[in-house]
Amino acid sequence: MAAAPSPADVAAPGSFTTVIGLEVHVQLQTATKLFCGCPTTFGAPPNTQVCPTCLGLPGSLPVMNRHAFDLAVRAALALECSIAPFTKWDRKNYFYPDLPKGYQISQFDLPFSSDGFLEVVDPKGAFSRRVGIIRVHLEEDAGKSMHDEAAGTADSRIDLNRAGTPLCEIVTQPDLRSPQEARAWLNELKLLLVYLGVSDCNMQEGSLRVDANVNLHIPRPDGSVAKTPIVEIKNMNSFRSVERALAYEAARQWEEWRATGRELGSAPKQTRGWDDPAGVTRGQRHKEESSDYRYFPEPDLVPVRVSADDLARARAAMGVPPAGLRHMLAERWGISAYDADVLVNQGRDLVAYFEELAGLVGEGKVASNWMQQDVLRTLNERGGTIDAFPVRPAALADIIGRIAAGDFDTSRGREIFAEVLASGRTVADVVASLGIAAVDDDALEALCRELVAANPKIVADVQGGKEQAAAGLIGQAKKKNPNVNPGKVRAKCLEIIRGL
Amino acid sequence: MPSDPLQLSAVEIVAAVRSGDLTATACTEAFLDRIARTNGTLNAFLCVDREGALARASDVDARRRAGRPLGPLAGLPVGVKDALCTADLPTTCASKMLAGYRPPYDAEVVARLRRADAVIVGKTNMDEFAMGGSNENSAFGPVANPWDTSRAPGGSSGGSAACVAADMAPVAIGSDTGGSIRQPAGLCGITGLKPTYGRVSRRGLVAFASSLDQIGPMARSAADCALTLEAIAGHDPGDSTSLTDAVPDYSRMLDKPLTGLRIGRVPEHFAAGLDPEVARGVEEAFAVFRELGATVHDVRLPHAHHGIPTYYLIAPCEASSNLARYDGAHYGHRAEPGGGHRAEPGKGHRAADGRDADATAAFESPLVEMYCRSRAEGFGPEVKRRIMLGTYALSAGYYDAYYAKALRVRRLIRQDYLDAFESVDLIGGPVSATAAFPLGEKTGDPLAMYLVDMYTVTANLAGVGGISFPCGFTAGGLPIGFQLQAPALAESLLLNATDRFQSLTDWHRRRPPLAV
Amino acid sequence: MSSASPSLSRQDVAKVALLSRLALSERELDHLTGELSKIVGFVSQLADVDTSAVEPLAHPLDSQNVFRDDVVTPSLTRESVLRSAPRHDGESFLVPAVLGETGAA
Repeated sequence: MAAAPSPADVAAPGSFTTVIGLEVHVQLQTATKLFCGCPTTFGAPPNTQVCPTCLGLPGSLPVMNRHAFDLAVRAALALECSIAPFTKWDRKNYFYPDLPKGYQISQFDLPFSSDGFLEVVDPKGAFSRRVGIIRVHLEEDAGKSMHDEAAGTADSRIDLNRAGTPLCEIVTQPDLRSPQEARAWLNELKLLLVYLGVSDCNMQEGSLRVDANVNLHIPRPDGSVAKTPIVEIKNMNSFRSVERALAYEAARQWEEWRATGRELGSAPKQTRGWDDPAGVTRGQRHKEESSDYRYFPEPDLVPVRVSADDLARARAAMGVPPAGLRHMLAERWGISAYDADVLVNQGRDLVAYFEELAGLVGEGKVASNWMQQDVLRTLNERGGTIDAFPVRPAALADIIGRIAAGDFDTSRGREIFAEVLASGRTVADVVASLGIAAVDDDALEALCRELVAANPKIVADVQGGKEQAAAGLIGQAKKKNPNVNPGKVRAKCLEIIRGL
Repeated sequence: MPSDPLQLSAVEIVAAVRSGDLTATACTEAFLDRIARTNGTLNAFLCVDREGALARASDVDARRRAGRPLGPLAGLPVGVKDALCTADLPTTCASKMLAGYRPPYDAEVVARLRRADAVIVGKTNMDEFAMGGSNENSAFGPVANPWDTSRAPGGSSGGSAACVAADMAPVAIGSDTGGSIRQPAGLCGITGLKPTYGRVSRRGLVAFASSLDQIGPMARSAADCALTLEAIAGHDPGDSTSLTDAVPDYSRMLDKPLTGLRIGRVPEHFAAGLDPEVARGVEEAFAVFRELGATVHDVRLPHAHHGIPTYYLIAPCEASSNLARYDGAHYGHRAEPGGGHRAEPGKGHRAADGRDADATAAFESPLVEMYCRSRAEGFGPEVKRRIMLGTYALSAGYYDAYYAKALRVRRLIRQDYLDAFESVDLIGGPVSATAAFPLGEKTGDPLAMYLVDMYTVTANLAGVGGISFPCGFTAGGLPIGFQLQAPALAESLLLNATDRFQSLTDWHRRRPPLAV
Repeated sequence: MSSASPSLSRQDVAKVALLSRLALSERELDHLTGELSKIVGFVSQLADVDTSAVEPLAHPLDSQNVFRDDVVTPSLTRESVLRSAPRHDGESFLVPAVLGETGAA
């Protein structure tokens, strides 16, 4: 083992690079399991969604779910992977009670796709990272084993409902450079997969799981780079946990390296579990023989050949991924990259809402402002989905149109928006019931003359060249009639004063 | 029509049941009585379903009386190898591991038999998990050969072969991974067909080696095998490896003349190791085929002699994985906690040599202990040997030298067949090197037992079909088997050639002098 | 007794037995070491076959692209699922505690 370096030998704390690679499992959004017709519905009572095949009963055989394969190909295409023309399945052999066959059907040496990437761009410009994808492959999930440690019983309970659920495994290159980047990249991956209908990526229900490999590259004064041993972190149940665990682990490795000087290659890869409440990673025990999975070709399945036609069809069915959509929105509606990012990150349905609204309004920027300031804020407060949002694009466009026509100002428009939201009534209805009938020109003129007559000081100021003094008239006008348009009041008052 | 159903062929039984000359009930009772009288001697059946079979038979009779349509195997008693799942009967694979196990579903072949109105009379004995060539690896005792009860019936479908030979059922279902239909058929003097890989659905067949396993019929004649195969063959969407090709009408093609048929003869088959009496019987069979208008040509299968080592790598590798599911967690045998005096492998060897360590405490967890002890108690020695051999050959550092190497030789073996079938239509030869051997003769020597499959494993490795039928008897009165092998999906030719052979010979009509 | 070519040590066999999850007594371990060495020696004769230009053949079939539609079929009843279980609590299979152990990745 290398001698522990004295603090003088090492670079200043924090001058290391954190090197991160991710391994993500997502559950594919199919109705049935990968190899049998059992449903994949989450939350069913234990062992009620199982059959001979997913129970691994003697004599049972797998038949591949076409939709699962198609979704996996869609994911790989969206991740810019090459799709192998020929792919096969392999058995990964190990004993565990949530794995009823004693092997997992997975892919070993010929995954159906490899060599892709997914870019994550921080909309505020903090970073931009293209993360290489080593491979994407299709495999079956295991069941669940549950142990009630508090009860102190000798048994674990096994529920095989999840066994055989289709999973896509996505393995990245170690291209990420900070916990924040890792979290942002995961958000982008999730967005992509949800957009394409590949997975619901619900981490609470286990449809997205992340393991992370992390180590530090520490430059030495002599120009060489010290690399700390790679640690695999497991048990992270949210993207926030991923970020926290990576940050903790980077700091831990830094301290460990400072204390021991231990470098990559001096010890086998360590697996550490994230303890979220405690906010620390803990070493997990390592079994020497557990890595001998004895992969061999699954003889119960036949290989798959993917033709150029198949790929063309898969591409056509894929739809526009989020990155493309951001560009498209910015270009088509003249909104900022930041605004496009905010809209796209809310999902496909919200983008559809926005596009309908912008089309009706005929102007992207105003529509985008309303989306960001009013629709999104309200959605966040109320919860729920955009589909169920009570103010439909036509109604919102109506409000925006009336503001543009000078019927009322924006703040009045917001009140109407709030009332439509709360009551579910039409805009016209709300406008009428609030008495927001547009103030007609005669009434406006009468009001303005009354104000001019009552405010000789303001009139004098305006006549003295201080037109901004007219603002005082507008405030009074609004008090007398909340429905007046401030711009019109201002124009009419100035006109009357000039005519005096 | 003879009054004794035991003397009727399957074809005759079905015709008689359909015509009303024989009731399914009377037929079934006759065979059940025969089973009751002989099974004590032969141990061919692990379980007999008297009640279920009679209920089934009476249903067939009722439907016939009502003028309702009957299936192609109406009233035909069938014995089913205990490797096929039956929802109403235990399915044990002759293993303590699955003693009393009742699957929640029927194998596809069993379902097809039922749909064809066959009467399943029981489950036949076999080598544990189909691993063996003598039926001595059954956890429930060996089967005796009906021709000489001191001898083995062959295996692994020994119970199926013996039950047909001893008139306990006119037809039985077997499975063949390396010869397990053909070799016992040969040693018991019956006709057994291993179809092309994928011709018959494997769904519900307890897997031994998935890329080699195939289910097939065992009966007294090619005609009876043809009738049965028509009922069980065909595409099953539940088996990804099941072929989609249409099933020919095998029975109608049986009597096609063999004029111009080219049969290959492999000179290497007659090298040292082949019993002279068997060699003579086989050569006489070639003569019969010549008489039938066929021509016999020498062909080479240059890699066939590598068949046994190739097979004994591939089959154990697949088996080690297929049998991993028997771990005591979800079904099957589970060792009682805390008992036993077995060392955990890898730990116990620290103890002094030759001493059986009580090293229960050395298991790394109660779960690992449960696994190791359940499997140690549930599996017999041959199954353990093959699991370990396969595990070893797939393990890190050995995969290329053993498993991958065997797969390469497998391709050479298959290519040999493709080349040979360029010049001949069928390949003939012995099915095993000797006639039935005495029980116990090879049980102490696994390698000697492995060699009994030397003429049969290559068909499984190549995925082609083969049929075995009696072509004579030894001076000691034991049947000699002849094997024909055919290109993929040429079952009709195998059955046609065998039927023509049986039209000119009566070896297949002989009955063992079984004293019961 | 055992063949000249690759013979297995007792330790090898013990390791394979653990991978295979088979408990062996000391006697069985001795016995299997001899038997497996002999069998491995026998199958090692394949090393003499020239396969340098030969691709592995894992399966006799040439078929490919066998799929089923994503359509739900009935699952088993829990009663029939647990009927054969050595131990269960009416809902789940029960196995000795899996505390701290992990399956695969």
